Amino acid sequence: MSTLKISDLHASVITDDGPREILRGVTIDVASGSTHAVMGPNGSGKSTLAYVIAGHPKYVVTQGSITLDGEDVLQMSVDERARAGLFLAMQYPVEIPGVSVSNFLRTSATAVRGEAPKLRTWMKEMKDAMGVLQMDPKFAERNVNEGFSGGEKKRHEILQLSLLKPKIAILDETDSGLDVDALRVVSEGFNAFREETGAGTLLITHYTRILRYIQPDFVHVFFDGRIVESGGPELAAVLESEGYERFITPATP
Amino acid sequence: MTTLAAPPIDLAPRLASGSLSDFPIPHGREEAWRFTPLDKVKHMLDVDPDAGDVTSEASGFVTVGPIDAADAGHWLPTDRAAVVAWVSAGTSVRVDIPADTAVEEPVIVHLKAQAARAHAHVDVRLGRHAKATVVLVHDAEADVSGNIVTQVGDGGDLTMLSILDESDDADASGVMSERVQLWHWPVQIGRDATFLGSAITLAGSVVRMLPSVTFAGPGGSATLLGAFLASEGQYLEHRILVEHEAPHCTSSVTYKGALSGEGTHTVWVGDVVVRRDAIGTETYEMNRNLLLDDGARADSVPNLELETGDIASAGHASATGRFDDQQLFYLQARGIPERVARQLVVRGFFVDVLTRVGSRQWRDAVLDRIAQRLGMEPELERELKADS
Repeated sequence: MSTLKISDLHASVITDDGPREILRGVTIDVASGSTHAVMGPNGSGKSTLAYVIAGHPKYVVTQGSITLDGEDVLQMSVDERARAGLFLAMQYPVEIPGVSVSNFLRTSATAVRGEAPKLRTWMKEMKDAMGVLQMDPKFAERNVNEGFSGGEKKRHEILQLSLLKPKIAILDETDSGLDVDALRVVSEGFNAFREETGAGTLLITHYTRILRYIQPDFVHVFFDGRIVESGGPELAAVLESEGYERFITPATP
Repeated sequence: MTTLAAPPIDLAPRLASGSLSDFPIPHGREEAWRFTPLDKVKHMLDVDPDAGDVTSEASGFVTVGPIDAADAGHWLPTDRAAVVAWVSAGTSVRVDIPADTAVEEPVIVHLKAQAARAHAHVDVRLGRHAKATVVLVHDAEADVSGNIVTQVGDGGDLTMLSILDESDDADASGVMSERVQLWHWPVQIGRDATFLGSAITLAGSVVRMLPSVTFAGPGGSATLLGAFLASEGQYLEHRILVEHEAPHCTSSVTYKGALSGEGTHTVWVGDVVVRRDAIGTETYEMNRNLLLDDGARADSVPNLELETGDIASAGHASATGRFDDQQLFYLQARGIPERVARQLVVRGFFVDVLTRVGSRQWRDAVLDRIAQRLGMEPELERELKADS
């Protein structure tokens, strides 16, 4: 049982004009076995939340805390966070020329597990995980994200998720740029991971359509750098029919 | 950090002569010498009676012996360093592949300097319709200047590698040898012949490697590849000249370098000239440099001069950049420590060019050396290779 605990998190992006505050007091607990959907309009800061949890150097935390099972995540380097059990499925996965998917996955798995997986079981593990995501085995020979279609990039992210088996997964707009078929396959891949590991998940999305495939336990509305409303799955239905208007219009006195 | 501005190529035919007096000692303002630290190489720019020859062991296709007039070949020196080597070297290392012969195994030539300062004459001749791979392993333990005069017969297919690296003995000390290496590598390509030449430059404190290509007839193809890794104040210069004077020839130049350390300097100059009669030419040249820290400097100067517009295509590209922080973040976000992530990115940077050198075995050997220089765990390098 693991818990990612985020309390009153404030963070700024470092720009050429100096720091600009984006997160303005985010508080949320994500425990094993629960899936939290964080939904918000463009520019609300929800992707920044994902990056800050993963430790992207572009952002600086000015206030608040993030802990994983009591350990201070903010004191950890990016790779230490990953080895501690956090995983960010990225919205824009990065191309790494000259590094094959197979090399990359094995190097990652070795780092996260603390020892190199045995070759024979590893091959089978990879083959099975790729099978769930309906990926051609030849995919492993390609360079990481180089020339991947949008769908291939997202499948590759979920493939990593299923091999690295984090305690807490953060999915940043994994549904963006996917057609219906790809969205279904990616969602099934995620659901298989969740069922197998019982990991906690922070699912960041702009649209409700991914929630038809991935059932959330909690839905949070994100606006202006913080969570403005929380509820159960029914909140997604409200957002579906009414949009974000109701949550982002300032209350009139 | 990077210089792109360059004077246009001097289109006049270059002076070619075997006479020392035709080439005065450069003073440093000449275009061809403007980057080179002349004070470190000037002892190689005049004749020294105590200098030795460069030899090799003779083998099936390799003969080693005194230079005779017939060894002159198609080429004459075009600068001071080349002419000093030309008049000083008394021994020729000659690789001869007879016409219509296909040699399966690479012909490996280990050059050996006979003194702390030595001069080389290497003569590589591939007969008509022959096919071979020739690997020159340089002697990085001495100051060497030399000429690798290469001739590809009509319809031939020659793959060559020039490997300039520390010897295994030198590794123990862990210190870069303070050695000067000045090389010309003129290649003449016959009608419909194919040449693939790779310069792998890892060692040497001051290195000038100057491959040049001419086409003796139409339909020839030249691919020039290069990989260099510079650190600890090394100066590595690669200066390429491709002269298209015959029609319907193709040239492609790809050089990649990674550099780090205070005072480290790499220079890449790619001159491509398309003469008036070279219609249907197809040419592209590219240099990419990866700066691993703030102390190093890369100069990259692509030049393309067209005397005719009646060509298939011509282009050049040059880019010098730092580590991509997004790449590091992505790898680290998967648990890979920063040090290993950097190693993966640098290794990956070289993989595409090394994959094209025409020898799996040498690609792997060079990757090993690069991994070693990057401080990579041998175990990791083994795993990476097992898989590609």
